[in-house]
Amino acid sequence: MIWDWGFTLEILPVLAHAAIVSIEATLLGFVIAATLGMVLAVIRIAVPWTAWTISVLVELIRSTPLLIQIFFIYFVFPKFGLVLDAFTAGVIAIGIHYAAYCSEVYRAGFDNIHRGQWEASIALNLSSWTTFRDIIIPQAIPPIVPALGNYLVALFKETPLLSAIAVLELMQTAKIIGSETFRYTEPITLVGLFFLAMSLVSAALIRALERLLNQRNAR
Amino acid sequence: MGIRTLVAMLAASLAVIAVLATQATYRLFLPGLLQGAVLTIEIAVLGSLLAVVMGVLAALARMYGPAPLRWLATVYVEIFRGTSALVQLFWLFFVLPQFGVTLDAFLVAVLALGLNVGAYGSECVRGAIQSVARGQWEAGTALNMSRSQMLRRIILPQAFIAMIPPWGNLFIELLKSTALVSLITLTDLAFKAQQMNQNTFKTIPIFTLVLLMYLAMSLTVSIGMRLLEKRASLGLARGRAA
Repeated sequence: MIWDWGFTLEILPVLAHAAIVSIEATLLGFVIAATLGMVLAVIRIAVPWTAWTISVLVELIRSTPLLIQIFFIYFVFPKFGLVLDAFTAGVIAIGIHYAAYCSEVYRAGFDNIHRGQWEASIALNLSSWTTFRDIIIPQAIPPIVPALGNYLVALFKETPLLSAIAVLELMQTAKIIGSETFRYTEPITLVGLFFLAMSLVSAALIRALERLLNQRNAR
Repeated sequence: MGIRTLVAMLAASLAVIAVLATQATYRLFLPGLLQGAVLTIEIAVLGSLLAVVMGVLAALARMYGPAPLRWLATVYVEIFRGTSALVQLFWLFFVLPQFGVTLDAFLVAVLALGLNVGAYGSECVRGAIQSVARGQWEAGTALNMSRSQMLRRIILPQAFIAMIPPWGNLFIELLKSTALVSLITLTDLAFKAQQMNQNTFKTIPIFTLVLLMYLAMSLTVSIGMRLLEKRASLGLARGRAA
């Protein structure tokens, strides 16, 4: 018997429970990525001399594997006295990694804002913080929401990497079930199907959102 | 980021590795890590080749294939883009043997990463083909060419140039994903790092070197793709100017 339905039903609740951890890691990681990415993109524009440093930093983060960055934060930070539990270390690593990608998305959004908007706010004597908060960001964000959504899905698909530092998310739980029962077919296939379902649904949502935003912009 | 900055970054990272290698603690780990890097490069190169083949085939099948082939390609692309590379790797490594197909870990690594990146690649091949101006197809029709002739002689050479930058990004993604194969027991760069870390607890030198080595490899790919892009678009630029 290649596929055992009884076993499948037995492990389903355990995996569903682990899925919550994966989703938590995704949401926390994405909050870090979206915020830090925004901070990087804003500093880059507000303080021109940082532009080069930030783009090198972004390149460094994007050029090295996330798995190694997770190991780095989990194993190296304690040497400097900063001991993090596996979940926190993993979420921070994922958050920083995707912040690099998100900052490029924000940058593209900011670049699309017409120069006249900046000039107008200078003419109105607005501070650069006010300009960002009230003029630039509200116009820059809507068009890039779908791109950010794609990174949210990509980030979600990276959460299985946390199993490498033994966080009890979906993949780790599936591996544990597999090593205890010697049945890998059902747990790993279920994990795959879960990710497939989530990403198909979110792709459809992002497409719908994109259509909605386009309509609003056209109007 | 300009090609000069990339070259400067590559030179800087190699220089840092060289300087660190003069210190005893770092020099101790370098040979083992380099050994791992060789496997990483092998998997990355073979995986990239498979990804290009799969990407082109899947894109052509989805755009011009008969219905069953089109569905097959769509299912392939959706499955490999919808699940994560690690899950695919584990599935091929742990589940496939239960169906009676046992592959060696190296083959699993190349297959999983190549198929994964190929699925993303098919979308960029499709985008590049669609970005070729309609008039080019019409000109082909006017010359009484068959569709495969038009594709081969007119469309694909032009689409090729548009494909280079996104494929460059994908090759770097693939190179980074090779770190995952350490989790199915292959002794690549990431595996060597973990192994050495467990044996010696010299965490800082090991992971610093590993990050620098991955950085140097990624930058090499970036620079190579930039050069290729420059070369490939030479003819096009001339054509436009004339």
